[in-house]
Amino acid sequence: MHFMRDTRHAVTHPTSIMPDMHARLRVENLVSHNLGPVSLSLDAGECVCLSGPSGAGKTLLLRAMADLDPHTGQVLLDGVECQHLRAHEWRRRVAMLPAESHWWRPTVGEHFLHAAVIPVESLGFERGVMAWQVSRLSSGERQRLALLRMLTYQPQVLLLDEVSANLDAENVRRVETLIAAYRAEHNAAVLWVSHDMEQIARISTRHCILADGKLVNP
Amino acid sequence: MNVIALSPWSLALAAVLVLALALLSLRLRLGIAQEIIVAAIRTTVQLLLVGLVLKAVFANVHLGWVTLIACVMLLIAGREVVARQRHAYTGAWGFGMSTFSMFISSFSVTLLALTVLIGTTPWYEPQYAIPLLGMMLGNTMSGVALALDRLTQTAWYQRAQIEARLLLGQTWAESVSDMRRDAVRVGLTPTMNAMAAAGVVSLPGMMTGQILAGSPPMEAVKYQILVMFLITAATGLGTLVAVWLGARRLFDERERLRLDRLRPE
Repeated sequence: MHFMRDTRHAVTHPTSIMPDMHARLRVENLVSHNLGPVSLSLDAGECVCLSGPSGAGKTLLLRAMADLDPHTGQVLLDGVECQHLRAHEWRRRVAMLPAESHWWRPTVGEHFLHAAVIPVESLGFERGVMAWQVSRLSSGERQRLALLRMLTYQPQVLLLDEVSANLDAENVRRVETLIAAYRAEHNAAVLWVSHDMEQIARISTRHCILADGKLVNP
Repeated sequence: MNVIALSPWSLALAAVLVLALALLSLRLRLGIAQEIIVAAIRTTVQLLLVGLVLKAVFANVHLGWVTLIACVMLLIAGREVVARQRHAYTGAWGFGMSTFSMFISSFSVTLLALTVLIGTTPWYEPQYAIPLLGMMLGNTMSGVALALDRLTQTAWYQRAQIEARLLLGQTWAESVSDMRRDAVRVGLTPTMNAMAAAGVVSLPGMMTGQILAGSPPMEAVKYQILVMFLITAATGLGTLVAVWLGARRLFDERERLRLDRLRPE
């Protein structure tokens, strides 16, 4: 009896605590300023729409996910914790597009990666757009170009803050089509802040609502 | 050397000129009469005190005294840089960064000048060491103060642009590269202007003093050229160090822009 071995420790871990292999981005108990705790999972190839009253913390959530604001809790990309990547590498993979775009050089092309193939026609621009002066662009043109600028870095997760709010119907469709194509091609996960219920119905695979810093239906 | 000693009467007569200016501004209601008098009294008292200190130090040449005076000058300069910032760094950082950058640049350049370029014996000969260090610190202080002020103000007002660049995956250094260049340029501008205008528009103060004291003009000119070069080197080095440290301090270890580390206006 004394020599009977206890075999309980040899039992393999139950599969339930294995990381969810399909989740491209996982957010666990994220708290930042008056936001949270928020837990959320984005699968590869999924497009989750986020809406909620202004001041609910939608932008704060996106900023914390891009690691632009100090926060507690965990964000994992393909199972790798945010802290394990250098901050600028994280932001290149988990890319956020703010509601207002910013430019710091005179011409459009200077803001883009060299030698990148940019599908400018897909958003209704002509080939020569890269030589245009930024100061002469309309806010809608800037917003569409900012989206192209972000996509040339080929992020794995897109965090879009009201990306099509100031665009006309034709350009809204173009943006939706471009992002859907990008999502399919790169198996990217998208979190899209939008208030347009028709748009949400068109594009989303899932819809979340943020109110008072908490997700209502995660 | 043939210096004509000034009598107390000549100083008093010069003071009457300042007094007359104060009276005039009172009459014209310029509102600066009091400032003129206070500034005149301050300069008199401060310079008399410095004169007494220098007299004592020149009489007792000792490395300890020179070091003590150098440290006091450095700390006052550090305090002055912080006082000139509209959005100074909170905590001990602002004072620490500016003092450190001025220490690195002014002290090393002065040391080089004393030991290699001029070759005084002993190397800390106060008659050379203290005025030289004073000129280095004074100019470096202006450069560091201007540069840090420009850097923190641009960061404060261009926060959205910096964050947009961070969101595209730029490193902290890339996201403020233009602003750092701009800040260094602003810090070096007064020194560059002084070099360009020297002798044509103005006779530099040190050279004027030496000529008044009876030095041959060419000797005074040689010293002035040396000092100009040293000042440029010290200001440039100090400004570069301060801007690098200041820019780094704007970001935390996760390369987030942390404007909460600056004092609101």
